[in-house]
Amino acid sequence: MKQVLTIILILTIGGIKLNAQTKGKTKKTVQTDVVSASVLANGQKVYNQYCLSCHMADGGGVQNMNPPLIKTTYVLGDKTRLIKIALNGLAEEIEIDGEVYTNVMPSHGFLKDQEIADVLTFVRNSFGNKASAIKASEVKAIRAEKK
Amino acid sequence: MKKSVLIPVLLSAMVFIALYSFKDISNSHLKGNGPIPDADNAGLKLPEGFGALKVAELGAKARHLVVTPQGDIYVKLARSKEEKGIIVLHESSDGKAQVTGGFGNYGGTGIYLKDGYLYASSNQEVFRYKLDAQNKVIDPNKPEKIITGLKAGRQHETKSLVLDNNGNVYVNIGVNSNSCQEQDRGLRSPGIEGCPLLDSMAGIWQFKAKELNQSYGQGVRFATGLRNVVGLDWNQQNNQLFVMQHGRDNLNSSWPELYNEKESAEVPAECLYALKQGDNAGWPFMYYDQIQHKKIVAPEYGGDKKKEADSKFIDPAVAFPGHMAPNGLLFYTGNMFPEKYKNGAFIAFHGSWNRAPEPQKGYFVVFQPFKDGKPSGDWEVFADNFAGTPEKAAAGRADHRPCGLAQGSDGSLYVTDDVKGAIYRIVYNKK
Repeated sequence: MKQVLTIILILTIGGIKLNAQTKGKTKKTVQTDVVSASVLANGQKVYNQYCLSCHMADGGGVQNMNPPLIKTTYVLGDKTRLIKIALNGLAEEIEIDGEVYTNVMPSHGFLKDQEIADVLTFVRNSFGNKASAIKASEVKAIRAEKK
Repeated sequence: MKKSVLIPVLLSAMVFIALYSFKDISNSHLKGNGPIPDADNAGLKLPEGFGALKVAELGAKARHLVVTPQGDIYVKLARSKEEKGIIVLHESSDGKAQVTGGFGNYGGTGIYLKDGYLYASSNQEVFRYKLDAQNKVIDPNKPEKIITGLKAGRQHETKSLVLDNNGNVYVNIGVNSNSCQEQDRGLRSPGIEGCPLLDSMAGIWQFKAKELNQSYGQGVRFATGLRNVVGLDWNQQNNQLFVMQHGRDNLNSSWPELYNEKESAEVPAECLYALKQGDNAGWPFMYYDQIQHKKIVAPEYGGDKKKEADSKFIDPAVAFPGHMAPNGLLFYTGNMFPEKYKNGAFIAFHGSWNRAPEPQKGYFVVFQPFKDGKPSGDWEVFADNFAGTPEKAAAGRADHRPCGLAQGSDGSLYVTDDVKGAIYRIVYNKK
């Protein structure tokens, strides 16, 4: 009886684990597929108009002032934090790889949800970055939360 | 196959050796009794007859510096390195210098030598250190705190300083704002009425050099309406303070309907001002347009790119192209350089960022001729190629960025770089 229970337990855990792995894989594939050429093109258009003058054409930012967007946790990490920076701006000193950046970023809340989603997706998939897309619905949810 | 490779290699080696030995001959008169320019002039492009050497490379953000007649160099670092905010170097006879020590565990920009004291600033305070007869700091751990409690935001926070000949110290207090908008650097964000920030920032304050613990209450707001000054110097010829303002940014990104990207890259001017007590240079209400040669009302305060500002605001002595970030100003009083440089101004332009997507500009040291204490004639680029290549300058990805300027007792011109901490020494070696 005990043996049977153990076997069932092992099978169950294994099953859950297997299931989780499959889920993870599916998710990843879906995310990569979402980044379409048109999203990137729209994102680049927004980037050139509103971001490039500070973060530069190569995404490298400006020494001591405007942070780089290349492979930083701000860009590749928590989506919520990234969306909030775009919506609300950033007025705190940040440190990346031992360098401090101090310039003020104004709010870009005047951009539409889709524009913010596209530009952040563009940034997360440019300058050597590779990360999942951000959807307009995610921007919308965080914008609503703020109110 | 092997031969065809060997020949060009050998040829280029021969050319290199020939050039190198020629270079050696041209500098031979300096050997043993003076600084020897590097074979490549430390990577700089200079007028004919000038040479340069890299005195040292600190691997830290070297801002302003002073050089003593005894060959010691005091360099102020933007951020302390190993708890030292002021690095001390000593030069050997060939001009190369070794770090001999350091003190002052605070970051900052300003440093100045006057009448037996070394003055240095953090971003909120000014200290002074008594020097011995050899211009060495007597007690690096016990400076006098002469100024304290100055405001410092997260932009334009550095406190450059200079002294006059009457025991006064002049300190820049930059303003933590671009154009005093309700939302700093925001899209179409209007200016705050009257700009209350002006009461304690955006100007030059005057303090006494030998009094302790002075703050706003004891100082005098000497001049106002200056967004941020990093390079400043006292002109000994007409006994007057000159400052280089960092002009405002974001004309296009805040006011896209008024200014296109190209206009926003060129305007406003980076202005050299000759200051008298009580002067107002007009920030944030106006900027100087060096193309129209006019003081123009800022868009945050009702400007339309053409409307002229109140004539009570002072005019610049010289207006340079926009965004080049003048971080060092030095009136040349030495005897080494040719006559035309005497009493003229060297200006170190740190290099721009707010010109994108237009190519970036600056990353050089400029010379502005002066006559009788007034600008006379056109400015010219004096030392160029700190960036490494024109492409690196255009992209804003400079290898080195010139920041501080100092004059050696022999008349050499010293330049710091705050990317890698290089210290350059420019000499005239034509007989």
